[in-house]
This record gives sequence, structure tokens and C-alpha cells, in this order.
Amino acid sequence: MMTVSNGNLRVDLRLIADMVEPGSRVLDVGCGEGALLDWLGRTKGVDGRGIELSMAGVSAAVSHGLSVIQGDADTDLKDYPSGAFDYVILSQTLQATYEPRTVLSHMLRIGRRAIVSFPNFGHWRVRLHLLARGRMPVTDTLAYEWYDTPNIHFCTIRDFLDLCRDLGITVERSIPLDRGGKTMAIPSCEGIANLFADQGLFVLSRKG
Amino acid sequence: MSQSEPVPTAPANPAGLKVELGRDRPILLDCGVELGPVQVAYQTYGRLNADRSNAILICHALTGDHYVADPHPITAKPGWWSELVGPGRVFDTDRYFLICSNVLGGCMGTTGPMDDNPVTGQPWGLNFPVITIGDMVKVQARLVDFLGIDQLFCVVGGSMGGMQVLKWAQFYPERVFSAIPIAAAARHSAQNIAFHEVGRQAIMADPDWCDGDYLRQGMRPHRGLAVARMAAHITYLSEPALHQKFGRNLQNRDTVTYGFDADFQVESYLRHQGSTFVDRFDANSYLYITRAMDYFDLAAENGGVLANAFRGTRTRFCVVSFTSDWLFPTSESRAVVHALNAVAANVSFVEIKSDKGHDAFLLDEPEFHATLTGFLEGAAAHRGLPRPDGGRGR
Repeated sequence: MMTVSNGNLRVDLRLIADMVEPGSRVLDVGCGEGALLDWLGRTKGVDGRGIELSMAGVSAAVSHGLSVIQGDADTDLKDYPSGAFDYVILSQTLQATYEPRTVLSHMLRIGRRAIVSFPNFGHWRVRLHLLARGRMPVTDTLAYEWYDTPNIHFCTIRDFLDLCRDLGITVERSIPLDRGGKTMAIPSCEGIANLFADQGLFVLSRKG
Repeated sequence: MSQSEPVPTAPANPAGLKVELGRDRPILLDCGVELGPVQVAYQTYGRLNADRSNAILICHALTGDHYVADPHPITAKPGWWSELVGPGRVFDTDRYFLICSNVLGGCMGTTGPMDDNPVTGQPWGLNFPVITIGDMVKVQARLVDFLGIDQLFCVVGGSMGGMQVLKWAQFYPERVFSAIPIAAAARHSAQNIAFHEVGRQAIMADPDWCDGDYLRQGMRPHRGLAVARMAAHITYLSEPALHQKFGRNLQNRDTVTYGFDADFQVESYLRHQGSTFVDRFDANSYLYITRAMDYFDLAAENGGVLANAFRGTRTRFCVVSFTSDWLFPTSESRAVVHALNAVAANVSFVEIKSDKGHDAFLLDEPEFHATLTGFLEGAAAHRGLPRPDGGRGR
């Protein structure tokens, strides 16, 4: 498995990995070939599980000794008992789910914390693209035409923060990320981040 | 086998082993009967390590047996999983100690309806008690006790073998470090019970079945058993696999004969499957074992909730299904996975893409084999089993 064997972790996954406490229980939803789970297992002694839609991804992950099931966020989260994990991670997948609101609720029911990242549709380049060309934006982070995109529920950072408020979710931490998935010189996802961040990364918990 | 030859009661292969269990403490069957002593025929591969932590129990399917990787004593064909067993293979005999026993009710050496009832000195026939998947597992547990093993590193099996794996995980969670149910289900579906009933009725409709008393009367219901096998064999394949293999091709002829000979290759193939099967299998065993599968319903055995079967489990599971398997479809495996998720069990689940139907678990499917190897490797690392090259874990 290429992503695992070279020992490096994609920059945005590395950021997520740094947020996870050693020895904790982690569910990675949309885990791909399991690069993050493998990293967490090896470097932090994490008890990790994964859910992945693609058969190739699941097969690669399980062949690598990881505990991953073939399934998807929309249908499979409901089975897990409340509080089964310390962290439920959803990286770059929320916009591809049928019911992001339900998915988010389940994540915070199953896990003490949720770590979520997604592309920000409020970025100035996206806004300018739509304004100037009058066509759906196709950018580095949003690299699909409108008719073949798996991303069916785009949102802006501000939209997402509104949803968290509606669901009574506490945003413990928010990190604006640039195109390469690196942190930016903006302190949080409040305010101008909605205009300048390519992605938002959030650590969420239940209120109370 | 002709009718004059007795069906062998012990494997001809000298490597096959046999033990008598339950003489002092009979096995209490689900039907309420106490059975004992019980003969158990089994086979082992590899070596048990010093702390007895590297044992893998392989559970065979309906018509399988313990000749996992040895030539079959009757057909001389290679063992049903011989491609997977050996040094450096999926079930690495340099690393693991493999055990497989013929199931209770079977006809390859373990006590079953064709053996003599010790009370009467006559073959059990239909006086043999009706057995369940759970009863098979209880006998296997006695064998594992006899071998001095507390905890199995893994219990693995396909089809009915997978049912046994699930039963093991429920019955003896502390004795199962990891479990791999393959192409299996937590209950036998109405459709599967229906197919089994067709097979049983075919056997019973054969006058040579003699109401189950054929052994004493020197008969064998070969025609009925062959038809049962033919019907069942169709369910092990898939429509695309059959079409690819045979299409509408004719058997050694250029045109149809306007008769009921085996004009089509697929007919000839099925007839061959039926006629060779009767050489190695006992008709009453077929009745009893199919019945055990029909009765299997792990949810019903656990208060109607499948998740109850696995509550508190620490076993690592790897559930495997095949896309073209319509006998034990992926939905059945997914139900098991959902139940395991509901108790936050450690579970992997892989649906393997294959056009070979249910039989895919017996065939050369590289992705399936890679899945097994990877899962075992991960489990071995957690169990602290040293690698054959001396390293520890991956």
C-alpha cells in the first residue's frame, strides 16, 4: 500500500493525527486504504477502525492488517453504540454524503469528539469563478465538473458553523487550511477564513 | 463405489488422526440427547508452539472433510484448501498449527448416522439424534481441549464452516482470538432451506434409501443422493460462471438428439458431479448435516437480537463475502457486520469481487487470499506471535 509504506502521511492527515490522543479509540469514516489508521496505530498506539466505500480501498487496508469494513457514512454509522469511540474522523468526505446533518449527529453520538475537514465553497476563488464566468467552479480542491462530482452537498465554512450551532455542537478548535492542506496565518475558521481558507478542519464535541 | 464395498469408516491416509471423546462426560446435544463416546477424525498441519498460542481451527463446509491439504482418501483429489496451506502460504505451516476435524454427523470418520450405534451394534441410520451447528462446535471444543489448547488464535471456515465460526465466537468468546466467517450467514435463509429440502426429498424418494435403513439392507440411495448433489451444485455457482463455462454447448455431438440424454455440456457436468459425489458421501449424513444448517439461527438463539450473540466480545473478526454468491449473499454477511458494529466489536469486512458464485471461497481468488493473509498477519502482531523469520509482528 503506497500511502503507508513510504512512512509519510499527507499533510492534512498529519494535522488530524496530531490532534488524536495516544491510546485512544478512533473510527475513521472514509478511510481509503487506511493511511491515517496505520499511522495512528504505529505511532500512537491507537485502537483504530475504518469504514470505506471502495472495494479496492477496503481490500488494501484489510490486507495491511487494519480493521476496516466496506460500508458508507450514510448507512453504517447508525449501527454503532453511543460513546464507542474517542474520535470519529471524517476527512474530505462530508460534502459527498447524502445526509451530512445526520452523519454529523451520528459522529458525535458515537464519538466523544469528531474531527471533520471539508473544502470551503466560500473561498474567494470559488466566488470569483462563479461571478466572473457564470459556471460551476472547478479548482484544485474541487476538481470535478458539475455532472460527475461525488460532492453533492457543498457548504461554506460559515454554513458549517451554522449547522454546528443548530445541532448544539461545540467547536473546540478550527483550523483554516490552504490548497496544499497546510495551516494558514489565520487563527481560526471564524470571520475572514470563510473567504481565504481552501479547507476547514474542525474538532467538535457535544455540548455539556 | 459399488454397493458391495463397505463405506470406509476411517481415512486411508495415515496422516489422518482419530480420537474418542466424551466417554466419561457425554456431549449434551441441543435436541436433549446425551451422545458419547464420540469418534472424531481430524488432521493437523504445522507445529503447536510452546505456549500453545498459534492454533487455527479450520471448519469445513457441508460436504467437506478434514483433508484440507491432503489427497482425499477416496477420490485422490487434492485437499479442498491445499492451495492455502503450507510454508509461506495463507495458512503458513511454519507459523501456525492448523486443526481440522470432520464434523459430528459426518461420514469421513467422525461419529455419524452411518456408524454403529454402540447400544444396538447396528448402524444408527435415522436413529441418530438430530444435530445442530452448535453440537458440531461442542465436539470441536472437546477436541481442542484434548489437544491442550485454551485459546485458538483463529477459527476460520466458509459456508457451513462460517456458521461454525460464528457459533464458536458466541459460545466460547474467550477461546477465539480471531474469527473469519467466509461466505456465511448468521441464519439459514428460507431459500436455502428450500434447496436443502429438495435435496432431502430426492434422497428419500429413492427406493434404495429404504426409509434410512439402507446400510443394513445392503443398498445405497445413489440416485437420490446424486440428484441432491446436482441441485445443490447449481446453487454453488453463478449464472455468469455457468454461462461462461458451458453456454449452450452440446456434449460430444453436433445437434440435439430429440431425447433426454445429456445433450448439453452443463447436463453432462452436473451428472458427473452427482455420480462422483455418491462415492464419497453418505446419504443420511447429507440429511443430518443439511438439517443442522437449516436450524441455524444465531439471532433466535440469542433472544432474537443478533448483536446479543457478540456482546462484550474481544475477538477480532474478518467477515468475507463474494459479489456473485447468491446462496450466502453479501447482505447476510453485512447483517453480521452490523451486529458486530452494534457491540463495537473489532471487525473487518471485505466483499470480494468474483463471478464464481458461492464456490469462490474454494477457488483461486488472489484478492481473497491477500485479505486472509493480511488479516492473519495483523491479528498475529496483536497476539504477539513471532514471524517465521524470527521477527515479531509486522
